[in-house]
Amino acid sequence: MSYANSLYLTGAEIGLSIAGLVLLLATAWTTRSSARAITIAAVTALFGALIFNLSLANDGVGAAAFGGLLEVDAFSIFAKSLVYIATIACLIVAPRYFEDRGQFRGEFAVLMLFNAVGMGIMVSAVDLMTLYIGLELSSLSSYVLASFARRDDKSSEAGLKYFILGGLASGIILYGVSLVYGFSGTTSYDGVRAAFDADFSTGALFGVVFVLAGLAFKVAAVPFHMWTPDVYEGAPTPVTAFFASAPKVAAVAMLVRMAAVPFGGQAEAWQQIVIFAALASIVVGALGAIGQQNLKRLLAYSSINNVGFILIGLAAATPAGISGVLVYLSIYVFMTIGSFVALLMLRTEKGEALATFDDISGLSTSSPALAWCLLALMFSLAGIPPLFGFWGKFVVFQAAVQADMIALAAIGIAASVIGAFYYIKFVKVMFFDEPKGDAPAKAPVSHWVVLGLCVLVISPLGYLLTPWLGSVADAAAQALFFAA
Amino acid sequence: MEFPILSLMLAVPLVAAIACLFLNAGSARMVALFATLFNLALGILLWLNYEIGGAQWQFVERAELFAGFSYALGIDGIALMLIMLSVFLMPICILASWDSITKRVGEYMAAFLLMEVLMIGVFAAQDLFLFYIFFEAGLIPMYLIIGVWGGDNRIYASYKFFLYTLLGSVLMLIAMLWMVNEAGTTDIPTLMQYDFPVDAQLWLWLAFFASFAVKMPMWPVHTWLPDAHVQAPTAGSVILAGVLLKLGGYGFIRFSLPMFPDASADLAWLVFALSMVAVIYTSLVALVQEDMKKLIAYSSVAHMAIVTVGLFAFNVQGLEGAMMVMLGHGLVSGALFLCVGVIYDRLHTREIARYGGLSINMPKYALFFLLFTMASIGLPGTSNFVGEFLALAGIYKVSTFVTLVCTTGIILGAAYMLYLYRRVAFGEQVNADAARMPDLNAREWAMLAPIAAAVLWMGVYPESFLAPMRQDIATLEARLASVAPEYDSALTVGTPDEHAANYIAAEHGSEGEH
Repeated sequence: MSYANSLYLTGAEIGLSIAGLVLLLATAWTTRSSARAITIAAVTALFGALIFNLSLANDGVGAAAFGGLLEVDAFSIFAKSLVYIATIACLIVAPRYFEDRGQFRGEFAVLMLFNAVGMGIMVSAVDLMTLYIGLELSSLSSYVLASFARRDDKSSEAGLKYFILGGLASGIILYGVSLVYGFSGTTSYDGVRAAFDADFSTGALFGVVFVLAGLAFKVAAVPFHMWTPDVYEGAPTPVTAFFASAPKVAAVAMLVRMAAVPFGGQAEAWQQIVIFAALASIVVGALGAIGQQNLKRLLAYSSINNVGFILIGLAAATPAGISGVLVYLSIYVFMTIGSFVALLMLRTEKGEALATFDDISGLSTSSPALAWCLLALMFSLAGIPPLFGFWGKFVVFQAAVQADMIALAAIGIAASVIGAFYYIKFVKVMFFDEPKGDAPAKAPVSHWVVLGLCVLVISPLGYLLTPWLGSVADAAAQALFFAA
Repeated sequence: MEFPILSLMLAVPLVAAIACLFLNAGSARMVALFATLFNLALGILLWLNYEIGGAQWQFVERAELFAGFSYALGIDGIALMLIMLSVFLMPICILASWDSITKRVGEYMAAFLLMEVLMIGVFAAQDLFLFYIFFEAGLIPMYLIIGVWGGDNRIYASYKFFLYTLLGSVLMLIAMLWMVNEAGTTDIPTLMQYDFPVDAQLWLWLAFFASFAVKMPMWPVHTWLPDAHVQAPTAGSVILAGVLLKLGGYGFIRFSLPMFPDASADLAWLVFALSMVAVIYTSLVALVQEDMKKLIAYSSVAHMAIVTVGLFAFNVQGLEGAMMVMLGHGLVSGALFLCVGVIYDRLHTREIARYGGLSINMPKYALFFLLFTMASIGLPGTSNFVGEFLALAGIYKVSTFVTLVCTTGIILGAAYMLYLYRRVAFGEQVNADAARMPDLNAREWAMLAPIAAAVLWMGVYPESFLAPMRQDIATLEARLASVAPEYDSALTVGTPDEHAANYIAAEHGSEGEH
């Protein structure tokens, strides 16, 4: 294993790190007016990383870098691509929001870049130490991003809450990691698996539970979801869009790899935890959203709800289930980014956000195109065919049924009807009610492009992607099971 | 590769729907009318080219476009008839909304055209999941139709409609996933021949029943229907009563009966019990309604109960009768809603007491209304007579008691319909504004006359409609033969008497011997 090869395999992370450092210097030495240029440079760097990452799919699959600290396989390439796409989308729509408030700074793009590096490490880590480094790199930049609107009390509060609770979660993970290391004597995923297969003691079980609990924090699964609504509501909207997409993908991917590789031999030990978290997330995410008036808060609950469905795929603990998780994640990224971009476009001429149900009542008459896009997104999130969101639910439930977990599937899908209630409330407010407040101002082309792409993917045309998406996700899921 | 007529029938309204979104009111109306008429023409072409007694599945198309399921279309005689019903009612719905819908016309027409795509898709789908997608997707346009263009209480009605039917059908999805996992195919014709384990059939049947019973709707899960019907705009009610309710019956005939015959036989008592309650209870409820649309909505529940008993009689008469009731009810209840719509457009109330004596100032209207009232009662010579007679004849073979109860329902049906007609059309002209209403205009003629013709055609010469379905129903009956129940009123073959009836037993000894 030569260093050249290791460097080549981690090229995306290295490239992004260098870009981040250079842009950080550039921000420090230029005025704030350069923020836009720096954002554009960051987007370019991410595009480069995305293309490089995809090119690895041809030749670098299944190779470990730096003596088994990081692994580049179909799974990490899949997850990283999603992470980069989500980050790019959030960077594209961010500038106007911050410019409206006079808070636009180059550091935003730089933090996003470092976050992307951390997420890349998270999804390809095959060692508990690299996992933790990636996690912290991503988390620390996320804390700063949450409080990026420094003069806004809510944003600062969101950042502080996120920091304290995220720190707690990191501590729990670290404690779990130390237990796992203590009982297996190694930090490498394969080593842990071999040790656990030989002897799985109660202490090791505690380690597994702590690690999973900490990761449940990161993916905002019930019962560790409390921070989500507050942080999502308080953080600036582009940052919320980012939190709901990229770090979520990375955390879920990390959780999946963790469950399938080092703990893969002990599936029955963690399956019940995942099943509980899945059902509880679906129900709490659905019930919690019902009373909400604030749209961002509502989408926060919606993301908790969606994590529940994602975890159903993981609970199946089969390659089909993990493939289902990846398909769901891909569709989820487009639905979430689309919804938040639509929220960003809901602003008055003066730049104030239309943040509650009252504000968007009658939107279909004042801004029909936006209302129809939101309608498609909401029905898609509710999982109503023929929109593409249905397919995500379909594959995870199919995996659960194939794994003979019919009760789980039946309860989960019945609970999804509760969630449908508030998604159709969106439609009701926009289409059935009379307009009350101001009509939204014209949105820039960049927002329309991102929204249009998202809506195109989640439209029925998305089904044409299923053969391709399915085979790529299957290959990615197989990578984890071959490694094991 | 023959001409993909079914795909074309899906594509025409779809393209028109997208176009309507971007058009102004006038052109949207024209585009919608033209597209639905074009689809009607395609439907007639479909019927003419359908080979009676030919292959079971005709006009088959298949394309492997998706992972996990395929784009597979094809129809048998049953699906053909229901597709004909849909394409026949659609132009009439567009006409019914011509003047009464004034806001957001383009979106309204788009929703209706989308509805047509989905209805044809449901009946033509030959893939289990494709069927599910079409089946579920219908919720979106209907939710919008009720919610945006409905009456005063439309929000409540639209929520209830959406959540009720969604909850009903999600469990069906899990059952479908299990079936596909077990049988290894998503092809509906193959699944119809597949023998699922008997103990699994029970659960699968219940999951499908949850969905179809809500759609049908069967008592006690019918409560969404009166709300949805009353609040929906006229054309929405027509589509709901005319076609969407048929999805439940179609589901039973396409899925529950052939795929789970054992469970169907085991649980037939449940269907009978619910249907008997529905026939009597909803007929009585209909009798006391003050709102015309609500009355017709409840009468739909009663008629659908005749469909379910007919289906679960497991014999040819019952199945044919159920199909004929579905077709007949599709026409008649649609027409009755149109009749309500005609006077609602003039007076903007559905309260029965606000009308009266309409046969004086609206004689032509009263004639049409009378015809459809009689058809709803099931008068011989109209479509519903054929269906109800066959269905009851079918069920009579199985259970005299069920027949007795259901026949009572028909009498009650006559009561509430005649009572409705008397209050609306006969008697004094008590309300001055109702007395001033003008008679039918040309557009309303164009809506009602074709339905009236179809109702009479179906009543006088039902063979046209029965012929395409005959072979498919025979196939279904053959599939069900092993589980068909005993006939409680079947003739029992006794032992023949030894002698003729007038035979006088010869006495012992010879005559005259003392």
